[in-house]
Amino acid sequence: MPAAKKQGQQTLVFSNPPVITASGTVVGTKEAAGPLGKTFDRVVDDPYHGEKSWERAERRFLEDAVQIALKKANLSSREIDFFLAGDLENQTEASALAARDLGIPYLGLYGACATIYEGIALGAVLIDGGFAERVVVAVSSHCCTAEKQFRYPTEQGVQRSLTQSWTVTGAGAVILAAQGSGPVVTHATIGKAIDMGQADPNNFGAAMAPAACDTIVRHLLDTGRGATDYDLVVTGDLGLIGRDLAEGLLQDHGFDLAERFTDCGVLIYDPQQQDTHAGGSGCACSAVVTGGYLLQQIQAGKLKRILGVGTGALLNADSPKQGETIPGIGHAVVIERR
Amino acid sequence: MIFAMAFLVGGLICVVGQLLMDLTSYKVTPAHILVGFVTTGAILSAFGLYQPLVELAGAGALVPLTGFGHILTQGAIRGVERDGLLGVFAGPLEAAAAGVTAAIVFGYFFAILFKPKG
Amino acid sequence: MRVDFTKPAGIQHKQYRNFVDRISPKPNVLVNVVWAFLVGGSIAAIGQALLTLFLMLGLPILEAGAMVAVVLIFIAAFLTGLGVFDDIARYAGAGAFVPITGFANAMVAQAMEARTEGLVLGVGARLFTIAGPVLVFGIVVAWLTGLIYFLFR
Repeated sequence: MPAAKKQGQQTLVFSNPPVITASGTVVGTKEAAGPLGKTFDRVVDDPYHGEKSWERAERRFLEDAVQIALKKANLSSREIDFFLAGDLENQTEASALAARDLGIPYLGLYGACATIYEGIALGAVLIDGGFAERVVVAVSSHCCTAEKQFRYPTEQGVQRSLTQSWTVTGAGAVILAAQGSGPVVTHATIGKAIDMGQADPNNFGAAMAPAACDTIVRHLLDTGRGATDYDLVVTGDLGLIGRDLAEGLLQDHGFDLAERFTDCGVLIYDPQQQDTHAGGSGCACSAVVTGGYLLQQIQAGKLKRILGVGTGALLNADSPKQGETIPGIGHAVVIERR
Repeated sequence: MIFAMAFLVGGLICVVGQLLMDLTSYKVTPAHILVGFVTTGAILSAFGLYQPLVELAGAGALVPLTGFGHILTQGAIRGVERDGLLGVFAGPLEAAAAGVTAAIVFGYFFAILFKPKG
Repeated sequence: MRVDFTKPAGIQHKQYRNFVDRISPKPNVLVNVVWAFLVGGSIAAIGQALLTLFLMLGLPILEAGAMVAVVLIFIAAFLTGLGVFDDIARYAGAGAFVPITGFANAMVAQAMEARTEGLVLGVGARLFTIAGPVLVFGIVVAWLTGLIYFLFR
């Protein structure tokens, strides 16, 4: 017997769509200087955020985003049932340390840069299933912790590849609730880990584009919807190259999204002015663009219904050295103005 | 004249490194290139092919990392001539001792004195 | 049609690889090479100036060469600490990292970032992330050369 709330192969349909009652976004100076600079709640000038290490700074970013969201929703942390969070540090340490300080029952997530969408999908499941009234979903990334872990020390003299993206320094949090006012989450499509043989750790867009495409196609087939049912289909952090690749792959599947298709990693920076090469990436990329710009556009009525697709490259620091190819993941969530 | 040769040869060795960086697969990282240059320098030196370049270009051949490999190999050869088998072991690092110690000591102090800007 | 999703996975991967290669921007090799040549050549010329100076001061050739390395390593380590080296290398590429300056930069950059992990397991260990392999391969080749020379001289 098929699951009652599942439609098609991979899509969850929420019978009482959870409400996104508030969001909080915190970014660094580079993000603030980008085209979406005005849409963020807080800008922190110091990459150390007053702390001793970048890792501690990243945790502060995460906590700040959560506190901003709680304040906007006029809630205290005691009124939250679950804290769903993830980041890119080893064993998602930034989230774990933030969870310790917040004291909310914590589910740690790792979906690479797709984590915010994985979290929103799971948070919606908890609420629609009657297991929670309110959950906070939050993620963070930090340019320096990510470079340190996955690439080179920031002071090492290496030329960045033109296909490489720039990790967003920041954090985003959203509060999902069973009741309240705000946009609602109506569907979620859980992606498969898709690998089309790409192995270049300097070209995440190429590794993730097939996964984003697979999830979008699956979502449209599962729901019977077409591209025109959405005002915008926005992927997480494919960047300039990945977006073009995904667009091409979608056309190969017979879906032409044309002007409705964009990517958070393309929106967040100005590649000409900011020397970001392929665009933005990192957990915070999709989180601060979704929690900031996209939700604001929905609230302002400029967008009625969007399909957000968080994208992630599922590698670790050693897997490319071991000759593994890089699986990509895409999780889609439908956010609708009500 | 020796300055012009140093500039030319030093520059050209770096050009080889840049071409390796830009034209090979992503699997070739700067670390691979540094290791490759040291190894190449050491091997060329073993066949007596690097010393002429040093005589031609001076620092132009010594300053790139191939020169470091050359110094290690020449150290081994001088060590053998002086101490026999023991020189095989002692020679390479003896020749490179100043550079290696400088790199460790300055590396340590500057790493402690400064904080990465990010 | 860039990728035919009705074909077997192997063909899809190949088609996709071609698509990625077509769309991914390539480095501007000419500009990079000119930069590498000018900066690498300049570092070598500075090295030559130092070498000439030390020879004039009466140092024997080997000692003078070693002092050149010491001075260049000092300068590179200092510029790395100031956060300037990576800005130069962004343009200079191999021109900055192929000379001994790149060796020093790789040591300091790794170590200063590891300060938060302590002096022993952080700074001490990470100094050798890049320097370690360079020393290993250089010494192994030199040792083999010395051994062969010892056996067959």
